[in-house]
Amino acid sequence: MCLAIPGQVVKVFSGQQNTALIDVVGVRRKVDLGLLEDDMPKPGDWVLIHVGFAMSKISEEDALDQMRTLRALGEAEAATQEVQGYGLEDTGKTEPA
Amino acid sequence: MKFVDEFREPEVITRTAEEIRRLADPNRHYRIMEVCGGHTYAIYRFGLKDLLPANIDLIHGPGCPVCVLPMGRIDDGLAIAQQPDVIFAAFGDMMRVPGTQGSPLEHKARGMDIRIVYSPSDALKLAQSNPEKHVMFFAIGFETTAPSTALTVMRAKSQGVHNFSVFCNHVTIIPAIRAILDSPDMRLDAFIGPGHVSTVIGCRPYEWIAVNEKKPVAVSGFEPLDILQSIVMLLRQLKAEEARIENQYKRVVPWEGNRAALRAIAEVFELRPYFEWRGLGFISQSALRIKDSYAEWDSEQRFHVPGVRVADPKAAQCGEVLKGVLKPHQCKLFGNECTPEHPIGALMVSSEGSCAAYFNYEHRKAAMVTSISSVA
Amino acid sequence: MAHGAGGKASRRLVEGLFAPLLFASGSEPLGDAAHLDFSGTRIAITTDSFVVKPLSFPGGSIGELAVNGTVNDLAVSGARAEALVVTYVLEAGLPTPVLEAEVRAMGEAASKAGVTIAGGDTKVVEHGKADFMYITTTGIGRPLHGVRVDPRSVRSGDKIVLSGPIGDHGITILLARGELDLEADLRSDTRSVLPLVEAMAKATGPGIRWMRDPTRGGVATSLNELARDCGLGIVLTEEKLAVRDAVRGACELLGLDPLHIANEGQFLAVVAPEYTDAALNALNLCPGGEEGRVIGEVREQPAGAVLVSTRYGGSRIVDMLVGDPLPRIC
Repeated sequence: MCLAIPGQVVKVFSGQQNTALIDVVGVRRKVDLGLLEDDMPKPGDWVLIHVGFAMSKISEEDALDQMRTLRALGEAEAATQEVQGYGLEDTGKTEPA
Repeated sequence: MKFVDEFREPEVITRTAEEIRRLADPNRHYRIMEVCGGHTYAIYRFGLKDLLPANIDLIHGPGCPVCVLPMGRIDDGLAIAQQPDVIFAAFGDMMRVPGTQGSPLEHKARGMDIRIVYSPSDALKLAQSNPEKHVMFFAIGFETTAPSTALTVMRAKSQGVHNFSVFCNHVTIIPAIRAILDSPDMRLDAFIGPGHVSTVIGCRPYEWIAVNEKKPVAVSGFEPLDILQSIVMLLRQLKAEEARIENQYKRVVPWEGNRAALRAIAEVFELRPYFEWRGLGFISQSALRIKDSYAEWDSEQRFHVPGVRVADPKAAQCGEVLKGVLKPHQCKLFGNECTPEHPIGALMVSSEGSCAAYFNYEHRKAAMVTSISSVA
Repeated sequence: MAHGAGGKASRRLVEGLFAPLLFASGSEPLGDAAHLDFSGTRIAITTDSFVVKPLSFPGGSIGELAVNGTVNDLAVSGARAEALVVTYVLEAGLPTPVLEAEVRAMGEAASKAGVTIAGGDTKVVEHGKADFMYITTTGIGRPLHGVRVDPRSVRSGDKIVLSGPIGDHGITILLARGELDLEADLRSDTRSVLPLVEAMAKATGPGIRWMRDPTRGGVATSLNELARDCGLGIVLTEEKLAVRDAVRGACELLGLDPLHIANEGQFLAVVAPEYTDAALNALNLCPGGEEGRVIGEVREQPAGAVLVSTRYGGSRIVDMLVGDPLPRIC
């Protein structure tokens, strides 16, 4: 369940009902900020939108962190394989001269 | 699209899939359940199964709020809308779900005033611009959607909008997971946890799965890299014989959940003593109803609801597919009597229902002889 | 209701009811236009009805759709539209300025497309019996020299060419209805594709096996029809599909697939591999064809179906639409 899309806050409308204009690659819609009243987003912030309500702020830092972790995957493995190729481990076999 | 495209980067996806292959023990068969229908949809849409080794089985869970809704509830909603001057407003997901007399779309073709809305607040606006009519919003969804419905009801009250009510079919995820784990024919190793429900309830509600059931959970996002990274996390835990809750979807899910959202739910809703889940039977404390303090905005209190129970056709094996005991194509009706065009069970109607997802995206692939490589 | 949306239900209505009762028996697959032979003179003829709400939207209106739609059906059948006749069914109470605007739009579109409007008919029905107006256009044209489109001539290895970005029209209409409260800088792509088809035909005439304009039901529906008609499989490369940002954004928000969204100014062509470079070149050099791309190819498998594959090795089957595309929240 739960189709939710990241969107950027363009403008916040203060008033009885906290709403914001958000942008999703050029598509704009007014979104209700009522669920984020404990930590209101500002223009420029990114939020997760579900059925016209902002559910959560998106942390750019955590996103970058995640991508760093993912990109590093396999690099440790590749480095290990390289090292093994140098014959530095004691495999118990004699390497050909 | 920011926060979307990065998590679809092909080279990183390939590398993560390789890591999965490295981690998967060839002597083991892994059964990992993705609870949420949104994950089922994503897995098929991105063709993620093609990237996994044969010994990892992704089992589709019951997290599809449309799929678990008994047919009787749709009949009830439509019965309310039969009243003169009532507008039936619902998400697009509901429009093709069959009741005993047809789906909402079919009722629309017969003249009923049925409108698709993207947001519950749009349904409220509809009421404000149609003062001579009553707008009944057919609310569905797990804890992700319930807070938005709650806020809308609160706004209806504070703005004095009286020609608006909600037919509440919100359900909660934990009882569904418990029902799966209690099921005797279940054998699961780990869970891909629902990402968006968790933005509301946080990660704590899953702790019993790790502590009592000793199964790891990775609360996951919905992009290909999110789901693959979650599988990496689960395989690592299984390898180390650990069982913890991990938050893969950190960029969006707060461990403690969203207090404002939980407050809104507590303000407007209370738990029903029990609720019938299609395919799973009656589950106690598993669904929400509107509190008496908001009775005026509760369709079930404003209108007479027939409340007839409609049994599923005996041949349909929705329950077993919902619990992950059977794969969609193993149901006798799959692809013959039951297709997305003429669905017998709700799993075939909802685009994220396992059967519809499997049918739409997968089953003809299974018949292919040659392997597919990209076209240059 | 689902029968008008262009997908499976429409196809069943045509094949199951109309074809057996109305069409001359034969095994010819149903195309966008009929090419008839009158003692050696070949004439192409087609007809189409236009029903759209709202009547007018960014990028066009029903009048333009009515002209371009029929010109395009003739173009993708391999014919140059020469003349149209038009019938209007008007709802009583339709304001005259609205009607005038549409008639004007039709005149301009016809002039732009190089077709004559040779005549027509008008009927007025009771208020409430038509959504303001329904327009039907019937077009006749001359088959293009050297072009013969037939799904049965499609072979494994043929390439699929798409003229430009998809989803503009359908999403523009969806947003213009105002029910979803979304705004975007988007316009309908309605235009005559005849110049593009002619440019391609000139470069590759015999190399064009099949063409279609992916209107209601989108690219997915048109290609599924082809796959069914030729019994082969179609494999598309996802990143080759051009989709404007705003279309993508709206589709992601609403849970829609751009492959199912209607287009009114694009066409698909299946081209023999040895002619593909020339075809694409000619298309790209023609004004309005710059975004034409090869989006996939025909293969033996998955027979009768359309597969979309991604760069990282995942793939999914894309089926024909069942009814209209509906927004979803789950």
